[in-house]
Amino acid sequence: MVTMDDYLDIETEWCPGCGNFAILKAIKKALVNLGKEPNEVLIVSGIGQAGKLPHYMKCNTFNGLHGRTLPPATGAKIANHELTVLTVGGDGDAYGEGGNHIIHAIRRNPNITTIVNDNQIYGLTKGQASPTSELGMKTKIQTHGVVNTPLNPLALAISLDCSFVARGYAGNIEHLTGILEEAINHQGFALVDILQPCVSFNKLNTFKWYAERVYRLDEEGYVPDDRITAFKRSLEWGDKIPIGIFYKKEKTTLEDGFSALKEGTLISRAKDHALVDELIDSFM
Amino acid sequence: MDHDINIRVGGEAGQGIQTIGLALAQTFQKSGLYVFSTQYYLSRVRGGHNYFQIRVSDSPIKAISDRLDLLIALDSASVEKHMEELNDGVVLLDREEVKITNDNRQIFNVPFQKIAKDIGGSKLYASTVATGAVLGLLCCNLKVLEDILKDTFAKKGEDIININIKAARAGYEYAQENYSAKCKYSFEKVEQKTKTMLIDGNDAVGLGALAAGVQFLASYPMTPSTGVMNYIAAHADKFNVVVEQAEDEISALNMVLGASFAGARAMTTTSGGGFCLMAEALGLAGMTETPAVIFLGQRPGPATGLPTMTEQGDLLFALHAAQGEFPRCILAPKTPDDAFYLTAKAFNLADKYQIPVFIMSDQYLADSQFTCERFDASKITIDRHLLSDDELGSMETYKRYTITPDGISPRALPGQSKHVVVADSDEHNEEGHIDQTADNRISMMEKRMRKLNGLTKEMEAPEVYGPHEADVTLVGWGSSYSPLTETVDLLNKEGQSLNLIHFNHIFPMNKEAIRSIILKKGTTVCVESNATGQFAKILKTEADIPVDMNLLRYDGMPFTSGYLIRALREKKVI
Ligand SMILES: Cc1ncc(C[n+]2csc(CCOP(=O)(O)OP(=O)(O)O)c2C)c(N)n1
Ligand code: SF4
Ligand SMILES: [Mg+2]
Repeated sequence: MVTMDDYLDIETEWCPGCGNFAILKAIKKALVNLGKEPNEVLIVSGIGQAGKLPHYMKCNTFNGLHGRTLPPATGAKIANHELTVLTVGGDGDAYGEGGNHIIHAIRRNPNITTIVNDNQIYGLTKGQASPTSELGMKTKIQTHGVVNTPLNPLALAISLDCSFVARGYAGNIEHLTGILEEAINHQGFALVDILQPCVSFNKLNTFKWYAERVYRLDEEGYVPDDRITAFKRSLEWGDKIPIGIFYKKEKTTLEDGFSALKEGTLISRAKDHALVDELIDSFM
Repeated sequence: MDHDINIRVGGEAGQGIQTIGLALAQTFQKSGLYVFSTQYYLSRVRGGHNYFQIRVSDSPIKAISDRLDLLIALDSASVEKHMEELNDGVVLLDREEVKITNDNRQIFNVPFQKIAKDIGGSKLYASTVATGAVLGLLCCNLKVLEDILKDTFAKKGEDIININIKAARAGYEYAQENYSAKCKYSFEKVEQKTKTMLIDGNDAVGLGALAAGVQFLASYPMTPSTGVMNYIAAHADKFNVVVEQAEDEISALNMVLGASFAGARAMTTTSGGGFCLMAEALGLAGMTETPAVIFLGQRPGPATGLPTMTEQGDLLFALHAAQGEFPRCILAPKTPDDAFYLTAKAFNLADKYQIPVFIMSDQYLADSQFTCERFDASKITIDRHLLSDDELGSMETYKRYTITPDGISPRALPGQSKHVVVADSDEHNEEGHIDQTADNRISMMEKRMRKLNGLTKEMEAPEVYGPHEADVTLVGWGSSYSPLTETVDLLNKEGQSLNLIHFNHIFPMNKEAIRSIILKKGTTVCVESNATGQFAKILKTEADIPVDMNLLRYDGMPFTSGYLIRALREKKVI
C-alpha cells in the first residue's frame, strides 16, 4: 500500500509559514488516499514558487516554462493516458503568462487536474501584482495600487462550461485534500484554484484575512450541478468567500475523441509497414 | 517534335486552376512522362491572379523553366501578364468568359463553359473540359485522365464520374477537331517509362514522418507548412497518430515536448512567424533534452512578409533561436525524395541525441511536385534509443540526466517502470532536480554540448554535382538543388566549367568532411534565396570556408536555371 513516506519528505526553499506547504501536503495525501504510486503520477509544473512543488516530493516531473504547464501536460496525457496528470503553477503562471492555454484546455477537456496556488501575487519575482491581485494593492510596480480588474478564475472557468471547478484554501488541508481527490478522480479537466497566503509579499490576503472570510459550500448543502447557480456563487468575493466544489459536469474528454487511443495508449501502438507502401503507391 | 514544354494555367483563386493543374500533372506522370509542377498563388481564397505551372518532358527534368509554351487562361489577367513570355506557343481560352481584344493567331478558343453546360448541365465541369482540351491539343492518351477522374470522384458516385469523363472527352475532341493539325507539341509517340511518383515536398515530409512512426503532431496552421499537417491528419486514424491543432505555436511545441517526454514520437510544423513563438520552448527542448522534430516551411519575412512565396531567410534564426546554448540539428531537403528520407532521419537523430531537429523547407519545395523514383520504405528504420523495461527493472536507481562520456543520458519514460523520471527547465542535477551550483552547471553544460561530437559525425558531407574540379563552384543548400544542377548541366554543355556543392545536412557542420571537398581551386559562388547570404556566413564561422561571391534572390520567387545563368553572366563569373 502506498503511504506518505513513498512520496518522500524533501527540504524546500519556501519561506517558513508559506501556504505552499499545506498544498504540498494535501496533494501527497490525496494521491495516497487514491492509492496512486509516485511512478503513476506526472506533475507538470511552471515557474514560480508554486512551480517548484514537484521537486519537493517524489513523482514523475516535467518542470517546464513559466505559463506553459497545460500544453505539455496535454501532450503527455495524449501520449500515455494511463498516467495521472496534474499541473501545478502560480496565479501568474496560470492566468497571466499562460492565460490563453487555460481557455483552450477547458475547451479540450483533457483528463488533467490543474492546481493553481493562487497567492494573488508574483512570489518568486518578489511581489508584483498578479492577475488576481486586489484592486488598490500597492506594490513596487503598481505604486498607486492595482487598477486592473482582478480576474475571477472560477467565473471564467464556469462560463466556459469547465467540467470541474473548485476552490480550496491552504488553511484547511483536510478540506483541500478532499477536493483534490475528487478533482483527480473526475474524468475531464478539473480546475482547483487554491487560496494560498504568501507571507513575504502579500500583506493583504493573509491567513488571518482569509480565515475571517472563508466558508464551505458543502456545509450549506450546496449541490454543484447547475451552471448558473455556480456562476452566481463564483462571483461572491469580499466579506464572505466560498470554498469547495462549485461546478461539476460529465463531458467527453479529449482522449475519448482520438481513435488512436481506443485500444491502449498512443505510445504502445505498433506500426504497420505495409500501410506506408500503400501510401507510396498512391503517388505512383 | 519538342518533348520538353512548359504549361501554365492562370486565373483567379477559386476558378479551378489547381484542379486543372493537378489533373494534367498526374496525367502526364501516369503516361510515363517526367513532370515538375509548381504553384504561384496569393494569400487569398478568391480572386487575385494565380497560376499553376507544369513542365513536362520525356527525359528527366529537375526544375521549372522560364519558358512558356502553352497557356490556359481562365481570366484576362492571365493573357495580359503571360502573353509576352509565350514566344511562339498557344493560348487556350474560352472567349465567352475571357473578354480580350487581342486577336493574336496564337489564341485558340475552346468554349469550356458551353461544353460543360451542354454535357453536365453546369459550369462546374468547365475545368474537366479544359483539362481534356489540353490533352487533345497535345495528342495525349485520354484513357489515363479517365482513370484519374474515376479515382478523384470515386466518393461522388458513378453519375459524377461519367459526366466528368464525358466532359473531358468533349474538350479533347474539340481540341483535336479544331486545332490538332496546327499543334506543334505532340506527346503521341512517347514511350512508357518506368513508373514514378509525382509528389510535392510537403506530402513527402508527411509521408516520411508516417514511415518513421510519428505518433503525435501539434501545430497551428501557417502557410506553407500546413500541407504537412494536412497530410498527416488525413492518414492519422490508419496510422494511430494524434493530430492536435494547438491554440498557438507556443502551445504547439510545448505539447510536442510533453508528448515526447511521455514517449511519443512527436513533431510540429510551422513557418517563420509561428516559429518565433516557439523560441522559448525550443530552449526547453534543449534544456530538458526532450526529442522534437520541427518542420520549418520558410516564406519571406519579416513579420507576415509574403505569405505564399518562397525564401530561405530563416536559417540563422533557426540556428540561433532560443535563450542559451544547446545542441540542435538542422536538415534541409533538396527534393521530395530527400525530404522523405531526411524526415525519417530527423526522428532518429532527435531520439538518439535527445535534441530538437529541424527540417527546413520553403514554399517552393513545399508546393512543387517532382517526378521521383519510388520511395523505398524499407530503408527507414525506427531507432528510439530508450531503456528497455528489463534494463530499468534491474536498475537500483534511475537518473534522467546521468553524466556519460558521449553526453547522452539513458532515457526512460514516466510510468514505464518503478522509477520516476524528472525533467527540469531549470539547470538541474543528474536526478533532474534544480541545482544552481557552479560545479553542477559546468558538468551539465558540458554533458549537453558533448552530444555535438557524435551528432557532427552523423552529418553527411555535401553532394558534389558535376566534375570534381571546375572553374566555378556553385554552393547551395536545401531546395535550390534542382535549378542549380540544371544550371551546371546547361552551362557545361555550352563548354563552361562548373560544378555544384550542395548541402542538405546543414548543422552541425562536419568541418573535416566539408573542407576536404570544398577547398578546391576555382571561384566559389554561394547561391541562396535571401538578402544576406546566411548559409555563406555559417560556412565561414563553422567550417572556416569563405566563399568568393554571393548570388542572392529575395523577390519571393524560386530560382530557375534561366535566372541563375543570367545572374552568373551579370556577375561575370561565366
Ligand atoms: C517567460 C518568462 N517571463 C518571466 C519570468 C519571470 N518569472 C518567474 S516566476 C514569475 C511570476 C511568479 O508568479 P506566480 O506564477 O504567481 O508564482 P508564485 O511565485 O507566486 O508562486 C515571473 C514573472 C519567467 N521565468 N519566464
Ligand atoms: S515568497 Fe511567498 S509564495 Fe514564495 S515561498 Fe515565500 S511565502 Fe511562499
Ligand atoms: Mg503567485
